[in-house]
Amino acid sequence: MDKLLKVSPSPHVHGGDSVSRNMLRVIVALLPAYAVALYSFGVGALVVSLTAMFSCVLFEYLIQRFLLKGKFTINNYSALLTGLLLSFNLPSNLPWWIVVIGSVVAIGIGKMCFGGLGNNPFNPALVGRVFLLFSFPVQMTTWPRPLGWASSYLDAETMATPLSLLKAGKLEQMPDALNMFLLDTPGSLGEISALALLIGGIYLLITKVITWHIPVSILLTVTAFAGILYGVDATTYPLPHIHLLSGGMMLGAIFMATDYVTSPMTHKGMLIYGFFIGVITMVIRVWGVYPEGMSFAILIMNAFTPIINKYVKPKRFGRVVKK
Amino acid sequence: MKTFKIGGIHPEECKLSAGVAIEKMPLPTQVAIPVAQHIGAPATVVVAKGDKVKVGTLIAQASGFVSANVHSSVSGVVAKVDNELDAFGNRRQVVVIDVEGDEWEEAIDLKGDFKRTFNLTSEEIIERIKNAGIVGLGGATFPTHVKLMPPPGKVAEVLIINAVECEPYLTSDHVLMLEYADEILTGVQLLMRAAKVNRAIIGIENNKKDAIALLQEKVSKLIGIEVCPLKMKYPQGSEKQLIDALIGRQVPSGALPIEVGAIVQNVGTAFAVYEAIVKNKPLVDRIVTVTGKSLATPKNVLARIGTPMSALIAYAGGMPDDTFKIIAGGPMMGRAIVNIEAPIQKGSSGVLLMSERESVRAEMDNCIRCGKCVSVCCMGLQPYLLMSLVEKKMWQEAEQEAVYDCLECGSCSFTCPAHRPLLDYVRYGKATVMKIMRERSVKK
Amino acid sequence: MNIMLISVVVLGMIGIFSAAILYFAAQKFKVEEDPRIDEIEAVLPGANCGGCGFPGCRGFADACVASLEGKLCPVGGNAVMEKVATILGVEVSLADPMVAVVKCQGSCNNRKKTNSYDGAKSCAIASMLYAGETGCSFGCFGLGDCVEACQFDAIKIGEDGLPIVDDEKCTACGACVKACPKNVIELRKKGPKSRRIYVGCINKDKGAITRKACSVGCIGCMKCQKECTFGAITVENNCAYIDFTKCRLCRKCVAVCPTKAIVEVNFPPRKVVVEQAENKE
Repeated sequence: MDKLLKVSPSPHVHGGDSVSRNMLRVIVALLPAYAVALYSFGVGALVVSLTAMFSCVLFEYLIQRFLLKGKFTINNYSALLTGLLLSFNLPSNLPWWIVVIGSVVAIGIGKMCFGGLGNNPFNPALVGRVFLLFSFPVQMTTWPRPLGWASSYLDAETMATPLSLLKAGKLEQMPDALNMFLLDTPGSLGEISALALLIGGIYLLITKVITWHIPVSILLTVTAFAGILYGVDATTYPLPHIHLLSGGMMLGAIFMATDYVTSPMTHKGMLIYGFFIGVITMVIRVWGVYPEGMSFAILIMNAFTPIINKYVKPKRFGRVVKK
Repeated sequence: MKTFKIGGIHPEECKLSAGVAIEKMPLPTQVAIPVAQHIGAPATVVVAKGDKVKVGTLIAQASGFVSANVHSSVSGVVAKVDNELDAFGNRRQVVVIDVEGDEWEEAIDLKGDFKRTFNLTSEEIIERIKNAGIVGLGGATFPTHVKLMPPPGKVAEVLIINAVECEPYLTSDHVLMLEYADEILTGVQLLMRAAKVNRAIIGIENNKKDAIALLQEKVSKLIGIEVCPLKMKYPQGSEKQLIDALIGRQVPSGALPIEVGAIVQNVGTAFAVYEAIVKNKPLVDRIVTVTGKSLATPKNVLARIGTPMSALIAYAGGMPDDTFKIIAGGPMMGRAIVNIEAPIQKGSSGVLLMSERESVRAEMDNCIRCGKCVSVCCMGLQPYLLMSLVEKKMWQEAEQEAVYDCLECGSCSFTCPAHRPLLDYVRYGKATVMKIMRERSVKK
Repeated sequence: MNIMLISVVVLGMIGIFSAAILYFAAQKFKVEEDPRIDEIEAVLPGANCGGCGFPGCRGFADACVASLEGKLCPVGGNAVMEKVATILGVEVSLADPMVAVVKCQGSCNNRKKTNSYDGAKSCAIASMLYAGETGCSFGCFGLGDCVEACQFDAIKIGEDGLPIVDDEKCTACGACVKACPKNVIELRKKGPKSRRIYVGCINKDKGAITRKACSVGCIGCMKCQKECTFGAITVENNCAYIDFTKCRLCRKCVAVCPTKAIVEVNFPPRKVVVEQAENKE
C-alpha cells in the first residue's frame, strides 16, 4: 500500500458537533427577534446591529492577527454572535461610535485579553453593554418608541420602558401584557418581543444547543419572587408576568445566561446559577437604583461560575449502592 | 423500556452487515496464534518447531489462575515459535503453524446437530470451560472460568448475558443469535449451572428486533431465563451500565459485578461454552464482522483464530482505495491497527475499514466549557476537568476526581464540539493514577 | 477643626492598635529557622525543577543544612555546590558535569514511517496506544514530552523530528529522562570540551529486524565491543551500550560501527587523529 494507515486512540468517530455549528445555531435562534427589531425600530436597529457585528469581527481578527498571533478564530462565528448579542442589548438610537466602543470592550476586554473564546470569565456582550451603561448613561437609557420609524435614527421619539415606569411607580401607565409579549415595548433591540425570543429558545432546546436548566430556573425563580411580592402588596408590585415579559428577562434567561463559557457545566450547577440570577435580578429591579438588573445579575453569577464548577459535581456512578 | 441512568450517547448505527448470514472463511495457508490473547499471564508454549498439531491440540498451557489455554486452530506443522509483530507494532510471542489439511482432534464432535443433554456439576463445567481456553468474547477477553468462580463470601444471584452489541458497525453477536439461538440458550443454561444461579437475563438492544423476537419465543419454554429488550444507548454493552440497566443496581467504584450479585457473560461466550461442553470443541474459531462503508461486501465470517486480518479483508472484497484507518473492534472502543497481517484473536469482534471523511480527527480548539462531556459521561465524571488535570500532570487531583472510574467508552471525545481528545488524556491519566495507587498499596 | 482633630486621633489610634496586634502576632507565631537556609536558597538556581530529588530549591537548601553528604544540585553543578559548602563551612566532593543525551537517530530519512499518528500530541499517550510510527518499537516518537518537561528551554524537536539537546542550557536535572516513555534519553558525562561518545540507539530487536526498520540502528554485531580496549562497551539484547565512566573517547568504536549507530560529539574532524582526549578522565 502506498498510503500510510492512520493511527489514533479511540474513539475513531465523532458526533459531528462543532463550536461553529453551535454558534451558528444561536445566531439562527436570534433571527426571529432580530426580524422583530428591524420591523419595530427600522433603520436604527439595522445601523446599530451591523456596526456591532462588523466591529466585533474586525476587532477579533485584528487582535488575533497582531497581538495574540494565534489561531484564526473568527470562522467559528463567536465574534459575530457577540456582536449580535451586544446590539440586542443596546437602544436603537445609539450613535454608531458608541457601538464601536462597546464592541472593542466586549471583544478586547471581555474576551480576547483572557485568551479568546473559552477562557473568558464574563459574558463578552454583557461586559460591553455594562461598560457602555456606565460610560454613556444618558444615551444608553433613552429608548426610541417602537414603530416610530423616524427618518433619522438618532432623533427618534423616545419613551420610557416598562421597567422604568415600574421603578417610578407608574403602574397605571404600563403597556398591556399582550403588547409586551408580541412586539410593542420600548427597550433595547432584542428586548421587545418575548414571543420571538421564546421561539428562538425552543429552537435551541430542540437542537440541543442549550438545556432547559438555566432558563427554566431563572424564570421560575423570578415568577416565585414576583409572586411573593405581589402577594405581600398588590398595589406597589405588579403581577409576575410583567417581570417575565419586561426588560432583558427573556433575552437574558435564554441567550445571555446560557452562554457556554460563562455558565456552570453540571445540570445541578446550572439550576443553582439560574436561581441566583433570578434572585439578584429581582433584588436589583425592586430595591436597586437601576430599573433593570438582568445583565448585572448574569455578570455577578459569571464570577461565581468557577466556584459552582468546583463544588457542584455530577452524580457519580456507583457511589450509592442499592441492595 | 429499560436503559442505564447516567449519560450515554447515540452514535450512528452503521450496522452494514446486519442480517448477512455467517460465512465460513476458507482455511489460510499459515496461521500465527498469539499466546497472550487474554487478560492475565500469557500462556506457556508446549509445542516446538516441527511438531505436528491437529485442530484443537493444546499448544500453550495456562500459566496461572488468571490465564487461559491456547489451542491450535488448524492442523499442520509448527513452523516456528517466535516473537512476531502484532497489530499495534509490538512484538509478541506467537506460534506459527503451516496448514496441512483439516484434521481435528478425535474427541471433538463435528456433527452440526443440536444437543441439549448434559449432566454435569458446576465444578465439572468450569473445569471444561477452563480447558477449552474460553475467554470473554465481547472484547475484554477476561478468562471465563475465573468470572464463574466468585471470591469467597460472595454469592451470585443472577447471570446477565450481554447481547447488547452497542458498538456501531459490529454485528457478530446479532447474527450469532439469529443462527444459533438454541445453542446459545443451552450455553446460558450451562453457565447458570456453573455459576449456581437460577435466574438469567439476556439484555438485547432494541435495534435487533428479530433476535429479540426469536429468543423470546425460545425462552418461553425454558425456566429462569428472560429476554429483556433495552433502549438503544451507547455504552450499554459495558458491564456496569448493563447491570444498572437490567437490575437497577450500580456496581460500586473499583468493585466487580459480583459485589451486587451479578455475573456478566457475553452472548458469544455462551455459544463457545455450548461448543466446549456439548461438542467438546475448544475455542479455535470465532465470528468476526468485516465491515466498512467502502468495503464491497461487508460480512460476518467464521474465522479460525490466527488467520491474518488481511485474509478477512480480501475475503470481503479487498481493501478499498479510500482506506484511511483500520480498526480492530468497533469505532468507539476498538484500536487502530498498523499491521494488517496481524492475526485474528479470541477477542477480535470486528475488522473495520474507515475512510478519511469518516474517521479523521479535526484540529482541537479551546474548551468552550459547554459541559456536554459531563452530561454524556456514563460514569458521572467531568472529562474536561480530568483532561486539564492530566495535561498538568496533577495526579493527586485526578485521583480525587475518580479518573480510575473511567471506562474509556469515548462518549466525551465523540461529543466534544471543540474536538478535544478528552479520552486520550483521561486514559493516560487513568493508567498513571492506577499505577500510583498500586505502588501505594504495595508499600502498605 | 474639631472634626479634623477627631479624625486624626481616631485614625491614629486605629493605626497604633493594629500595629500592636501585628507586632504580637509576629512575636507569637514566629518560626525559628536556620538563617543559612535562606542564604543557601539565595545561591541556588531557583527553578524548583526537583532534579535534586527534593521538593524545590528550598527543600534542597533545608536538606543541605542537615547534611551535605551526597547532595548535588544538578542544575547549578559544582560552582553552586562550592558556594553552598562555603556557607555551611564544609568541604564538598565535586561531581562530573552531566548532560542529557538522546539515544535515537531515527530521523525521517533513517527510519521510514509505516503509519501516521493522529492522536493527542503526547509521547506518553502514543506509547500507551502502540509501538510507534515506524518499524522500530523502541525509538523516539518525536511528540515532545521531553520539550514540555524541560524547564530550561534546553531541548527542542529538530527539523528531522528528533529532540536536540542544547549543551549550554542543559543542566542535567533529569526531567526529560523521567518524561520520556521510551527511555530514549540518558544523562551522560558531559566530557572534556563537551566531547562524548555514545550509542545512538536502544533497539533490542534482532539485527535483521533493526536493520529493516532503521538505517542507523544498532544491530548488535559486537564489532565495537571487540574493538574497545577499555572494556567500556557491552552488548546486551542486541544493543550496545558504552559505559561513560570507562570510555576514554578513543573513537575506535565509531570507526568500526557498520550502521553508524555510535555517535561522537564535538570532536575535531576525523583526519587529525590526536589522542588529546585521553589526558583527562
